[in-house]
Amino acid sequence: MTEIRSSATQPAGTGAAPARSDAQPVVEISGAGKIFGSGPTAVHALQGIDLSIRAREFVSLIGPSGCGKSTLLRLIGDLIPASIGSVKVNGKPARQARMGREYGIVFQAPVLFEWRTIDRNVELPLEISGRPAAERRERALEMLRLVELEEFAKKYPWQLSGGMQQRVAIARALVIDPKLLLMDEPFGALDEMTRERMNSELMSIWRRTHTTVVFVTHSIPEAVFLSTRVVVMSARPGRVTSVIDVDLPQPRTFETRESERYFELVTAVREALHQRDLDAPGARESNGDAARIRAEGYA
Amino acid sequence: MAAAPAIASATLLRGDVRSGLSRRGRAAAIAVIVVGFLVLWEVVKWVGGDPWRIHASILGFAINYEHFPPLKWAIASDLALPHLWSIIGAYGQPAVRFGPPVWQVLIGASLFTLREAFVGLVIGAALGLLLGIVFVRFRVLERAFVPYVVASQTIPLITIAPIVVIYLGARWTSVALIAAYLTFFPVTVAALRGLRAADPRAFELMRATAASETQVLWKLRLPAATPYLFSALRVSASASVVGAIIGELPSGIPDGLGGQILQDVQYYITGPERLWATLAAAAVLGMVFVGLVGLADRLVNRGRHQPART
Repeated sequence: MTEIRSSATQPAGTGAAPARSDAQPVVEISGAGKIFGSGPTAVHALQGIDLSIRAREFVSLIGPSGCGKSTLLRLIGDLIPASIGSVKVNGKPARQARMGREYGIVFQAPVLFEWRTIDRNVELPLEISGRPAAERRERALEMLRLVELEEFAKKYPWQLSGGMQQRVAIARALVIDPKLLLMDEPFGALDEMTRERMNSELMSIWRRTHTTVVFVTHSIPEAVFLSTRVVVMSARPGRVTSVIDVDLPQPRTFETRESERYFELVTAVREALHQRDLDAPGARESNGDAARIRAEGYA
Repeated sequence: MAAAPAIASATLLRGDVRSGLSRRGRAAAIAVIVVGFLVLWEVVKWVGGDPWRIHASILGFAINYEHFPPLKWAIASDLALPHLWSIIGAYGQPAVRFGPPVWQVLIGASLFTLREAFVGLVIGAALGLLLGIVFVRFRVLERAFVPYVVASQTIPLITIAPIVVIYLGARWTSVALIAAYLTFFPVTVAALRGLRAADPRAFELMRATAASETQVLWKLRLPAATPYLFSALRVSASASVVGAIIGELPSGIPDGLGGQILQDVQYYITGPERLWATLAAAAVLGMVFVGLVGLADRLVNRGRHQPART
């Protein structure tokens, strides 16, 4: 499986945005691991992760529950520290990048502050970084226009649907104009139709913002449709089992989902995901469940 | 997922109704309960109270009625349970000979006690919130001091009140401090929960944005805690009125409801309805005070929650 991983060092998906010449990867992870707890109860959530993501890539992390994909996202964002190995963002240690507010993040739930109106929710990151009020307002409106919600600026979160709230969360993540956007199953809670529409909207936002995206999902079609590269992970311990380049042409549209190549890639990702089931001895399943539950609790 | 029940319970405590009752429906329900209670009161008097009679002439019609209750209950005697009309009548009588009527005295006394209760609530709420913030920020202090905060509430107020009065003198400010002693505790308990009540991912969001501890406090912890704090303030508001009334007793301040109660108790044998009249005034004061806190809640949190559909 390691031979597939080597593709991480090759150029990004061919159909993707024109590869920029700056050689420095946006995300560079080498030998990273995460262990929760210690002693006999320790859980190896992640082990031996090597991953390099260049500018303007759209990389999906996919795998079964408990494979550590959300944990890996949190290592990149320095929301939890790596136990071993190094995680670099924009060439700096992850912590320094976080302190420099160099990435935006979107969770599975919108996590909007119910006491703030929509525009003030979007302004929040700018407010925290101490930008002047006029600039904040202007930027927030610009972002709300990007997600096509400017007429809802003065509404409260409960007045918006789930999909709209998630678009606000994306606007909030992008308001600081980050080079990197981290997304943790952002459309996991939406129904299939809304999810597909959000996928298309995310594609158009991505094309317009020149952002690098790391996207956690457990939906194979979603991963293939969105990504320039799909990173397949497996659990116990969480590790990268294969990396699949998605060479579907840009821009991705409704027709993309019906193309021959799309189905081939969906099948390829599915087979990569089930590879583990074929070579995992059944004996490991029993204690694995406890480990998975623990790891999920942290994820 | 734990957020949903937390919000639900906070909503219950806030007094928001989603039970399908409109505001008018709720007012009607309260009115029915109050009227029912008053009717029950007089039914008990009718069945087991003291005999009474009316000899009067209204618009030329002579009314002569005598009532002899079939039973005799000690609890329903005129001394233990005066007639509602005697209590209502008491408001019109002069408080002292040739003095102003009781209702006027009671309004003055209520306002005096309200000032003590209000200042007590402000001091108590500020202290309670401060303790909550410090405990949430420094968990070591929480483990070290919360047992003492709990223990402080097991000391009877009756023993604290005279000490405060001896130290600080028989002033209304002393009484406010005594009231504060009762009011800080619910706020501290609510703050300990409320300041930690926000979605864990909201804390991650703040971390991702490199927010300082102070920013997390002001922009996330405190706003997320307001539903908890306001439900605690409702409890504290009524406790503050009780604290103020009890605080007036050892200080010998005659101007408030506490002083009024002392006086009424002394004359209970000759005029039991006076104590009941003061008691009703104290209850109304408590309700008004809690209502004011509820109004502040609505003002602070307007727009924040989906309003109940009517």
